[in-house]
Amino acid sequence: MREVLVGLGSCGLAAGGLKVYQKFAELLGSGSDAVLKKTGCIGMCYAEVLVEVRDEKNGSTVYGNVSPDKVARIVESHVRNGQAVTEWIVDTNGSTSKQQRIVLRNCGVIDPDSLDEYLARDGYQGLEKALTRMTPEQVISTIADSGLRGRGGAGFPTGTKWRLAAGSKDSHKYVICNADEGDPGAFMDRSLLESDPHSILEGMAIAAYAIGADHGYIYVRAEYPEAVKRLKHAIAQATARGFLGSNILGWGFNLQINLKEGAGAFVCGEETALIASIEGKRGMPRVRPPFPVESGLWGHPTCINNVETLANIAWIILHGADAFKERGTEGSKGTKVFALAGKIKRGGLVEVPMGMALKEVIYDIGGGTLNGSPFKAVQMGGPSGGCIPASLGDTPVDYEQITATGAIMGSGGMVVMDETTCMVDVARFFLSFTQNESCGKCTFCRIGTKRMLEILERICSGKGKQEDIALLSELGEQIKSSSLCGLGQSAPNPVLTTLRYFLDEYTAHIVDKKCPAKACLPLVEFFIVAERCSGCGLCLASCAAGAISGEKKKPHRIDMSKCVKCAKCITVCNVGAIEKR
Amino acid sequence: MIQENQSSRVAPAAFERMLWRHRGESGMLIPLLQAAQDSYGYVPASAIEQISGVTGIPTAEIYGVITFYKQFRLKPLGRHIIRLCKGTACHVVGAEMIGQVIADELKVAPDETTEDGLFTYMVVACLGCCSLAPAMMVDDQTYGRLTPQTIRKVIRQYRRDAEKTKGVAAAKA
Ligand SMILES: Cc1cc2nc3c(=O)[nH]c(=O)nc-3n(C[C@H](O)[C@H](O)[C@H](O)COP(=O)(O)O)c2cc1C
Ligand code: FES
Repeated sequence: MREVLVGLGSCGLAAGGLKVYQKFAELLGSGSDAVLKKTGCIGMCYAEVLVEVRDEKNGSTVYGNVSPDKVARIVESHVRNGQAVTEWIVDTNGSTSKQQRIVLRNCGVIDPDSLDEYLARDGYQGLEKALTRMTPEQVISTIADSGLRGRGGAGFPTGTKWRLAAGSKDSHKYVICNADEGDPGAFMDRSLLESDPHSILEGMAIAAYAIGADHGYIYVRAEYPEAVKRLKHAIAQATARGFLGSNILGWGFNLQINLKEGAGAFVCGEETALIASIEGKRGMPRVRPPFPVESGLWGHPTCINNVETLANIAWIILHGADAFKERGTEGSKGTKVFALAGKIKRGGLVEVPMGMALKEVIYDIGGGTLNGSPFKAVQMGGPSGGCIPASLGDTPVDYEQITATGAIMGSGGMVVMDETTCMVDVARFFLSFTQNESCGKCTFCRIGTKRMLEILERICSGKGKQEDIALLSELGEQIKSSSLCGLGQSAPNPVLTTLRYFLDEYTAHIVDKKCPAKACLPLVEFFIVAERCSGCGLCLASCAAGAISGEKKKPHRIDMSKCVKCAKCITVCNVGAIEKR
Repeated sequence: MIQENQSSRVAPAAFERMLWRHRGESGMLIPLLQAAQDSYGYVPASAIEQISGVTGIPTAEIYGVITFYKQFRLKPLGRHIIRLCKGTACHVVGAEMIGQVIADELKVAPDETTEDGLFTYMVVACLGCCSLAPAMMVDDQTYGRLTPQTIRKVIRQYRRDAEKTKGVAAAKA
């Protein structure tokens, strides 16, 4: 039977996936040519809207950049006559990819709203196996033996965490799924929740059985309405069919799962702040110990795991620890999902075995940079991470080795940068983010980040001083050692890593008053390329400083002595005649 | 949840029902504030008084929670909410300049509402559509791969639509 699947994750929806779906529905009608289905994120977000056609002859064919006007040809040629439309294909049978899918096993394959489709792909069999054939201790041993480490950033061994939680004597315990996904440039958890919500619920249920919890919370970020919708639906379905609720699968095990929506605070991704937020308070971190596994939500033992960590669980239980351990390095087992973005040709969601070299991810899977130039750096770990330079492109995806570069594995954001990205500006960008998100509890985090930001702003506007560099490192080290939670402890990382690998760019800003990437506007000059200028006068009219002159229909000029570098002229020019130098 | 959207607003009665239904439950303050914002588009002082009266949580503490989280607003919003992403992926492909264009076009700074009440302009960190950067949302609709030209086009389209509905309303009257 032929099938047509339209990717309707957030990216797909944003790119107009619903219109494409409707067009297919209209053209396929109720005829028996093919079954039309909705699915989640297919992963190649750069080419949204994505449509997959499955048939006996061609296997799986993925079309990219599908718009409603392309639908008729796909239906006529491929669906009705088995003739693939080759020029629109972005992937056949997963051939262009070195990926391995454990976490994303169902993403873009099943309809996230259909429990039956999840069940058809071994859904809830991990839970059934755990309940019927394993003791809680055996479940914990299997997870510990698999070597799975937390995917939320810190990489704490999941089995160890569960054992600690199981060891608490309290009769009331909680499991929490951390779906706050704060890294601004990462979307793995969102895609997972939207594309395969049941796998997260199943992972939570297995965790709850292992540690003896009867209540669970999923803390979802405020900006993820689609994920919330699908999770609610999945919880209702799973409860109705006896996979959640009371006396699960008839084994006397109870688990109720509730959804809590965040309200927009990055620090609430930190586990103790997250707990405070669920309790209805300001989301401020507190001193650990006690750790949540001893005293967490409302004082009860609480096991917090990240979305991706939980998505691994059912697979490990079902296939065994050895199958999981086969992949990866000595200290990092299994696979890791990354959200590839920035100046990359094929951005999207990828899952690779641990141990793959960064440059392999960027070039072989991501297709290299947008304009084909070599990549300059890759940012990992978001505001807590750092920029790894291209010269360290052989670094494998491995917790310890990434940490050795000064960055962190983080939750999986990978933002690729090329020669048009200014590393000083990137450091400034992250500092302004963390400065803004600091909850204000620790003095160094609150005021130290502010001072660092001021210095970086000074450097970016050409007013930096030579001694600023030493000052930045010193402040950075102090903030790291004097902050209570991971936010402050890691906030200086983007600055410290760029100082370490891109000191020449700092020097260029401070000494030569130049921005090599031409990104810091106060340090660049604007000019009009005469050959391209049509003399339309739009820039002249937009220039509040009166720096632009020229006659209609003749090339215009910018007088740099009057220019205030607001860049307005660039935004109004329709022919791209204004450039920076 | 994206709550400021007009169409998704629930009647104030829903907020009040929720207030009474969950009386005495711990951890309900944030969901209650979210419901209030759903109902009114912002958290009005009257709602804060009501919550305090029913739950016994002091108003000072409620204000503490409201101001801690970026989601909550103490002022009414414009008819359309523009959320420009300034996350990492959007930043490296020029979100700063896009922000400038929006501010110029609307003549407001982030977190402000235009004089005609048509738009509130907000800056957020990552909409989760990083592959389509630079990105923004207007209400529930996402726009990706933005350029100064497309931004102006989108905003002007919303303005024209507003004019049209105003015209229709005037004709009816
Ligand atoms: C400032 C800060 C933000 C964090 N944000 C997240 C987040 O968005 N998602 C997440 O899973 N973990 C986040 N964490 C890590 C959590 O505190 C916690 O370690 C994690 O949820 C544990 O799950 P895991 O062991 O499965 O990784 C954050 C930590 C800090 C310090
Ligand atoms: S960084 Fe803009 S959508 Fe993620």
